[in-house]
Amino acid sequence: MSEVLFQEKIDKEQKIEPKDWMPEGYRKHLIRQISQHAHSEIIGMQPEGNWISRAPSLRAKMILLAKVQDEAGHGLYLYSACETLGISREELNQQLHIGKAKYSSIFNYPTLTWADMGAIGWLVDGAAIVNQVSLQKTSYGPYSRGMVKICKEESFHQRQGYEIIAEMAKGTKEQKEMAQDALNRFWWPSIMMFGPHDSDSPRTGNAMKWKIKRKTNDELRQDFINKTVGQAELIGLTIPDPDLKWNEEKSSYDFGEINWEEFWSVVEGNGPCNEQRLNHHIKAHKDGAWVREAAKAYSKKQKN
Amino acid sequence: MTENKATVWEVFIQSKNGLAHKHFGNVHAEDKEMALQNARDLYTRRNEGSCIWVVKSENIVSSVPEDETSFFDPSNDKVYRHPTFYKMPDGAKHI
Repeated sequence: MSEVLFQEKIDKEQKIEPKDWMPEGYRKHLIRQISQHAHSEIIGMQPEGNWISRAPSLRAKMILLAKVQDEAGHGLYLYSACETLGISREELNQQLHIGKAKYSSIFNYPTLTWADMGAIGWLVDGAAIVNQVSLQKTSYGPYSRGMVKICKEESFHQRQGYEIIAEMAKGTKEQKEMAQDALNRFWWPSIMMFGPHDSDSPRTGNAMKWKIKRKTNDELRQDFINKTVGQAELIGLTIPDPDLKWNEEKSSYDFGEINWEEFWSVVEGNGPCNEQRLNHHIKAHKDGAWVREAAKAYSKKQKN
Repeated sequence: MTENKATVWEVFIQSKNGLAHKHFGNVHAEDKEMALQNARDLYTRRNEGSCIWVVKSENIVSSVPEDETSFFDPSNDKVYRHPTFYKMPDGAKHI
């Protein structure tokens, strides 16, 4: 099959399946995007895992445990989709460990207070949902099916976060301050999650042509901001952007300049927690080696 | 990295008694028991199933997408396989 036939299939909204012919660039783009997505789910367990043992109630603790378990599940759905492109789980892990594969830079920020659990669920999962909903229609079959599963589970995550932050916002003065502080720290990194502006995103063209992505970074970011402003107002919190205002003409919000220097610096490894997140992943992987070996030994013994 | 890879198992789940098993995804596991447990943990956290099958991926035989046209061709010229092929007398009921 030639690239022309491949593109015809894409244009007809047909899905590409693992055994179908695909351009090398398409395969590469998918491996990069899906593995980055998978790694983000797994690394994303750390900032929240940080609060499991200190959750303020048994209810909150059970919910957080279930949520972190879901994130592990989402990571596995995505690794599974990525492996259909001919790369192994071991290679994917190795690329993460040597820094060749990235994960979402949002997880390189620390979770300092319980309100951060609210901000992460509400904003970070909220931003992820906007992206994932559009990816349900991605052209690669296994990725698309993974996204459908993830989206079904993800809205619980966002609602639990919003519940936490809404509770704190109507609590004591200190609690409200804590909620506002979490919003202040997580707002900008959350809207950076959508990546650079379309004009600075060289890969967007192909990703849109191949329908890997269905909306551009800027479109998704705008969707997210439009949805979220009202939610902040409802619970009496202020989004930390003095330039944020409703634009009647384009019927969406205008917002201030994003600090791209900070974004790139965190992507390149200089965020507050990059080293800690990666080291923890490597340690957990090494510490688990004996479990994998034991399982293998046991299965061999069963065969004999 | 000198790790041995685990076996990949495809997971099929029957969502409700009486329905067919449907492909859900795959899991890594060393043996069949672990494959079943991993599939349960990964794909049925919210009551998605009443029964799970796991099959080693290597045991699945698939047709090749490139051969789709020729492979499925014979069915297209046998229109008499479809009920709409037959002429029914006017007024025939319950058929």
